[in-house]
Amino acid sequence: MKRIPGPARAYILCAVVGAGVCALPALRPGADTPWTAVALLAGLHALGEMPGRRRIPGRLLGESAPAGSGPFLPVLFAAALLLPPAGAALAAVPAALLGHVDRRPAGARRAWRAARLALAAAAASGAAALCGGPAALAGPALPYALVPAGAAVLACCLAVTALDGGILATAERVPVRAAWRGLLSRSLGPHLLHGLAGLMAAVMWRSAYGPPAALLVLLPVYLSSRVPARHHREQRAHRCTVRALVQAVDIKDRYTGGHSERVGRASVLIARELGMDGERLEVLRIAGILHDVGKLGVPTRVLRKDGPLTPEERRVIELHPEYGHEIVRGIGFLGEARAAILHHHERLDGSGYPCGLAGRQIPEAARVVAVADAFDAMTSTRSYRRARPVHTAVEELRRCAGTQFDPRMVRALVRALERHGWEGAVTADEPAVPAQPPRGRGGAPAPPGAASAFRHRRGG
Amino acid sequence: MRPTAPGAVFAVFAAFAAFAVKVVKAVTAVNAAAAVNAAAVVLAAAGLGWTGWQGVTEPVVALTFGLMVAMGELAGRRAGPGEREPAPFGAASALGYALLGANAGHATAHGFPQTVAVVTAGVLAGAVPRVARGRGPALGHAARRIITVAFAAVCVQPLHGPGAPAESLATGPGCVLALLLVLVPTALCDAVLASLLLRPGTLSGGAERTGGPPVPFGPLLRDELRSLPGAGCAVWATGAVMALGTAVAGPWALPLCCLPLLLTQLSLRRLTAVRTTYRQTVASLARATEVAGYTPHGHARRVAALSALVGREMGLSGFDLTVLEYAALMHDIGQLSLVDPVPAGATALLPAPEQRRIALLGGAVVRRTGVPSAVAVVVERQAEPYREQPLPARIVRAVNAYDDLTGDSVRSALTALERLRLGTAHDYQPEVVESLARVLRGGLEFARPG
Repeated sequence: MKRIPGPARAYILCAVVGAGVCALPALRPGADTPWTAVALLAGLHALGEMPGRRRIPGRLLGESAPAGSGPFLPVLFAAALLLPPAGAALAAVPAALLGHVDRRPAGARRAWRAARLALAAAAASGAAALCGGPAALAGPALPYALVPAGAAVLACCLAVTALDGGILATAERVPVRAAWRGLLSRSLGPHLLHGLAGLMAAVMWRSAYGPPAALLVLLPVYLSSRVPARHHREQRAHRCTVRALVQAVDIKDRYTGGHSERVGRASVLIARELGMDGERLEVLRIAGILHDVGKLGVPTRVLRKDGPLTPEERRVIELHPEYGHEIVRGIGFLGEARAAILHHHERLDGSGYPCGLAGRQIPEAARVVAVADAFDAMTSTRSYRRARPVHTAVEELRRCAGTQFDPRMVRALVRALERHGWEGAVTADEPAVPAQPPRGRGGAPAPPGAASAFRHRRGG
Repeated sequence: MRPTAPGAVFAVFAAFAAFAVKVVKAVTAVNAAAAVNAAAVVLAAAGLGWTGWQGVTEPVVALTFGLMVAMGELAGRRAGPGEREPAPFGAASALGYALLGANAGHATAHGFPQTVAVVTAGVLAGAVPRVARGRGPALGHAARRIITVAFAAVCVQPLHGPGAPAESLATGPGCVLALLLVLVPTALCDAVLASLLLRPGTLSGGAERTGGPPVPFGPLLRDELRSLPGAGCAVWATGAVMALGTAVAGPWALPLCCLPLLLTQLSLRRLTAVRTTYRQTVASLARATEVAGYTPHGHARRVAALSALVGREMGLSGFDLTVLEYAALMHDIGQLSLVDPVPAGATALLPAPEQRRIALLGGAVVRRTGVPSAVAVVVERQAEPYREQPLPARIVRAVNAYDDLTGDSVRSALTALERLRLGTAHDYQPEVVESLARVLRGGLEFARPG
């Protein structure tokens, strides 16, 4: 929860006053407002908002309106085409007031949302009236009604964009130049789709079949507005399952508590510094999280062994990237992450495993994950040695850049650390296994080669 | 002249009655799908013949709707497998034409035969690229579309046309109610057809090792009916809106009417994509025990496929079937916490307390995944005596034991079943074992050449 900054307060107040001014003509004595239609449309709109009660939070103070979420736009457009501006503004208000607000302060957010919707509806209705909307709807000539509908969509888009940019600049402190960037192009498509659906609803509303037929038009839209909640639920379940894959590794290898998550985070830091975004960032995060999933394929006895490993056992452990690749082979969306999992132990000079790739042959994602993995391995406490401070780890990475790591990735990590810092470097180990208390390694520096070679690559 | 004289209507009803008798007879046999296809071919031929003889009334409207049906079918061909209605826009357009009573304010005169003819032509045109690519025509799909549309066109007769019994109802706000009265039986008819046509498809689907007998009709129909309130509802409503919209504003309304359905379809497509990757991730998690060397190769997948077949055979459907499948995939996950693998991963041969311990460990892992908690319950209780288990756990237990006990040969399959039967006093539910035996027998018969 955070307080609303002063300029934002003033801005919201202005919007509310503006919306009030727009709605006022409907309440004036003598104005023949079609109250039945206003009430019906307002009710429909509010009903359409209902499933949104448990929906994903909008990113902004108001909600940006992508397809399938946010206000039940087709009703808004139908109201804009059917009612005069004041009536359309009134019809938009109840839905905004009743809708779910997930962040405090709820009152200010509700007021802002209602004012924003009312102003947008009034603008759309005014534009439609200017282009001869009522006349076009009265006759049966559908192609001509497309003109006022298009005007309504455009006006609504412009109003929403202008209002959203303002709230971004005042409340979220987005620089004024950047606040409006991309808002219009992003909102035009969904608005157009919903606007045409609204036009169809308005045409049916005015026809001999009346409002029930308009309901039939809105039914599929209503159904589609319910899908994102399910979508979100499934995605969360999916993320849990990806985590469960990692936790399955934790069951076998109790050293790695939290390591996977941190490698995922460090990979994202590096990738963002390299200018990657969107999908690719997500894929790299998952690549970082899952990089050691192949340890599931290594016998537990070897993973949990204390003391130096035999060459035989080392060979078994060095198979883990291939096992990991095999496990995630069936997951379609991973793409680049699969290569990262397979090659995260390659070295730039070609002496790594499993394929001995060198330089640019190693996939970019694998080079990112390799640096992230080594960095976290050095800065977290293991049962056989203490965590090193971040700057020592960075020194070590720098020393090995060019032979083991890609210098570009190391530089990116350093820049990202300067910018964002690194929290959670030191985590408590998982409690030691009662049956096998860690022996022989406590506090001592890791034995050369052998066991440390698979848990992290120390420089040199 | 409207070609829906009482005589024609009577003939159509007679054809339907004959068809219904045929269907009822065929439901018990495997060739129900063949009967549906035959009925559709007869209907389509009659419709095309009658229209060819009488000539096309209102060719513009007919052409527009025919094009919409064809385009809908074309677009739908790229839909992923597992969607209930592979071509929603085709379905909605076809239904719209069947329900159409007026065009821009003037009553239309296309009757039942022309409806069937136009939809048939649209469906066939939409199937041309598919046939050209050498994938063979989707006969069942076309049959379902034609029969459903014919059914709707017959049901809507009392609403349209001069002198129709409910004509006054059809021109006012009550029309929506009247259309709903037509839509509900049509939707039911479509669901029945879809499950009839789906049934032979389940023969070879699912397991590679076992084909399985055709599953009972009931669960398939239940699955179809369950999908009606969601995606199905949007398709039916859009069909009705197309009819009403054209009646008000002419063919211009058609593309506009499709937009709301487009929104629904886009959302659903995204949901399906997420579900697919989710399923893949769960399957990967299940494969972890194989890669780790705890269970033999393909064990989880085999148990899941066979469990799904047994579950279907025992009448599970929808959510229950998903729970069963996930639980079967992940039933061995508890073995990951063992320091040394069980010999050949065969938990069925371990002492009971050890089995139960592994099951509990597995349940703990499954609870951390995002799958419904019912799945974790099944995994946790898979090692208990059957009387204390929920049905999915009984199925997983029996099928897991079967897969542990058997190799790939027929002889060992028989021996394994024999051992399961010996354990029915305490460990395995007799009904589950018998269902498994039926599934396997069907699979063996199916697998046998000739």
